[in-house]
Amino acid sequence: MTDLLAARAQMAMSLAFHIIFAAVGIAMPLLMVIAEGFWLKTREEVYLTLAKQWAKGTAIMFAVGAVSGTVLSFELGLLWPNFMAYAGPIIGMPFSLEGFAFFLEAIFLGLYLYGWDRIPKYAHWFAGMMVVLGGTFSGIFVVTANAWMNTPTGFSIVDGKVTNVDPIAAMLNPSSFSQALHMTIAAFLAVGFAVAGIHAYFLRRDPDNLFHRRAFAIALSVGAVFALLQPISGDISAKRVAKYQPIKLAAMEAQWETERGAPLRIGGIPDEDAEETRYALEIPKALSFLAHFDFDAEIMGLKEVPREDRPPVAIVHFAFQIMVACGMVLITVGIIGGWLAWKHKSLPTQHWYLRCVTFCTPLGFIAIEAGWTVTEVGRQPWVIYNIMRTADAVTPMPNLVVPFVSFTILYIFLSIIVVVLLRRHIFQSPRLYDAN
Amino acid sequence: MLTLELCVAGVMLISLIIYMLTGGADFGGGVWDLFATGPRAKAQRSLITEAIAPIWEANHVWLIVIIVLLFVAFPVAFAAISTALHIPLTLMLIGIVLRGSAFIFRTYDDQSDTTHRRWSRVFAIGSVITPVMLGITLGAVASGTIHVDIESGQVDTDFISAWLAPFPFAIGLFTLTLCALLAAVYLTLETDDTALREDFRRRALIAAVSVGAMAGLSFILSAEGAPTIRRGLGNAPWSLPFQILTGAVALWAIWTLWNRQFRLARILVPIQVTLIVLGWGLAQYPSLVTPDLTFSNTAAPDTVLRPVLIVLGVGGVLLVPAFWYLYAVFKGSSRKTGAAAVQIDASRKD
Repeated sequence: MTDLLAARAQMAMSLAFHIIFAAVGIAMPLLMVIAEGFWLKTREEVYLTLAKQWAKGTAIMFAVGAVSGTVLSFELGLLWPNFMAYAGPIIGMPFSLEGFAFFLEAIFLGLYLYGWDRIPKYAHWFAGMMVVLGGTFSGIFVVTANAWMNTPTGFSIVDGKVTNVDPIAAMLNPSSFSQALHMTIAAFLAVGFAVAGIHAYFLRRDPDNLFHRRAFAIALSVGAVFALLQPISGDISAKRVAKYQPIKLAAMEAQWETERGAPLRIGGIPDEDAEETRYALEIPKALSFLAHFDFDAEIMGLKEVPREDRPPVAIVHFAFQIMVACGMVLITVGIIGGWLAWKHKSLPTQHWYLRCVTFCTPLGFIAIEAGWTVTEVGRQPWVIYNIMRTADAVTPMPNLVVPFVSFTILYIFLSIIVVVLLRRHIFQSPRLYDAN
Repeated sequence: MLTLELCVAGVMLISLIIYMLTGGADFGGGVWDLFATGPRAKAQRSLITEAIAPIWEANHVWLIVIIVLLFVAFPVAFAAISTALHIPLTLMLIGIVLRGSAFIFRTYDDQSDTTHRRWSRVFAIGSVITPVMLGITLGAVASGTIHVDIESGQVDTDFISAWLAPFPFAIGLFTLTLCALLAAVYLTLETDDTALREDFRRRALIAAVSVGAMAGLSFILSAEGAPTIRRGLGNAPWSLPFQILTGAVALWAIWTLWNRQFRLARILVPIQVTLIVLGWGLAQYPSLVTPDLTFSNTAAPDTVLRPVLIVLGVGGVLLVPAFWYLYAVFKGSSRKTGAAAVQIDASRKD
């Protein structure tokens, strides 16, 4: 394993690990705040129990998210010092703002988790809302910094040196809005369905359990609402990528030739040596339409750039297919749930539907991981698109395989513990309401 | 002249001081978890847990603030430090991950004694590694062994010799004793149990003496290991009065601990730590990574620094009251003492 590959592997592994906890840290507080809000309104004990149970699970996830996020902020320098020396000041604005947002999230989470008996009820609820805001903005700012790597703006290069840095313009780069929107919705969507899926599992065994009914109702509503919003943001994202990163789009769609009226490919196996994509189901002209709102728009193919400037096509194409497939399933399940609830004027607890939602538990997170693979691998071989190659950003430090293996073992260990603890926590909760 | 980069550097130094006084004390709590002994070992651990549970995540963010400001405002220095000190920084991160996750796992895992003890051990070891590695990093940065070509940003390093030396290790242990001292002093005021308080008074006194010893050792080693700092601490016009002041506060703090004036001790010890960090900052100024990198030759352009300072100002308006409120709720005089704070903890004692 070369040092460059080890560095990339460590960064990818760290991000893939952190993103799960980050998404939970963003979205779980919303579920808690909704449950607590219902408690403040109705004074039904079940909502308070629910908020407290969710808060405990969140505490575990948040703590691991915070430490793995710390690791990432250092890894930017430990693995990519040349990138940071170059880009640090330009993308400093979103990182500074992220620092504050995360600070508020941590402060108010402390108040929320340990303040149940210490601060007034509405102050406690307010603390929860601050956690939601802090977490959401923290995520938005980090994604904004990543968006700059995809579409760098806000500076100029004179004689190889960065000058005229405008941090605000860098923050408001063309990808910021679409990426931040897509990721934020994804976090709420994934967590909503994951939580709904867990409670659906218990409802199948214990359909009258009030605790799980309330939990299922809140989580599914959140998941379904954000599922309906996601295609809109996906469309915005796709159009941005088409305009500003045509080669990434070509890799996502495994489009080799530049052509007008390009088809949308479902499935298919890209062959990077032969420069063609086999066995794909092609919908004529659909890609041109989706990317540019015009059936005959020109789509740039991968052959436009030399091989060394192309991302690994197969990985990007497969990841994109996986993301879209997971998203489609979640949207469908969300719509069916809404329709069932509207038709029967009751919680959609039909046995088959609960089974569907249980099946959906991991799909949002799979979509998040796949989506990040598209964004990050699709930008390769660049760390800053068309400006700095990943290979030029890496640290001169030798033996990078050692930290990579160390952090991998550490994170596998943490993952196992978290799963065991959450499993126990989740299986303990229903007993509370077995009597009902 | 007060330039923009010095304003950012000032905010970083203040953040580092607050991080030491808050987050440092959390690591010190881990040290005392490791050394929990005697008939009240279990009670000592519970007290530490209750004291840090609501605040440690927020305290930890000061470190993030420092690192973000470093790479935004002094990017070349950040790149040089992370390159030359890759190994101690990686070990510090492993410490941070182990400490934080073990702490939360201990709270939520099954409450049998074996499991509890296992997580305590991990938590304590993580709490020791992190400040030692942080201190080693700061010591190495001050030592003058990391040479950087400012034009190209190239770091001349073998990745080891800058930090694997007596001076950085002395600073690492010095940092650890400071954390332990802060924690022990804070903990004397976290309990109404006289015996428990006496336990931490004894620990605070041991830590205070160790701090003195490590300060002396660091000073001696700095002659060889960090000549720039030594010049700053020894020869500048401010250095002698500053040293006397720091020493006087340290001795006064020991005196108050001896006489069980815990409230006064809790004021004096943080002042002592503040003076130590401040003295180091002044001794190193205007160097950021001695000898080649200064605040001014690594600073990002003013077009970057100005908005960052505005963000710090505006963010501070939100942050300071929130941070203060957190402490008022969990550390204020009106707080209830006892186990009501940590429901999980209460269930364990059953």
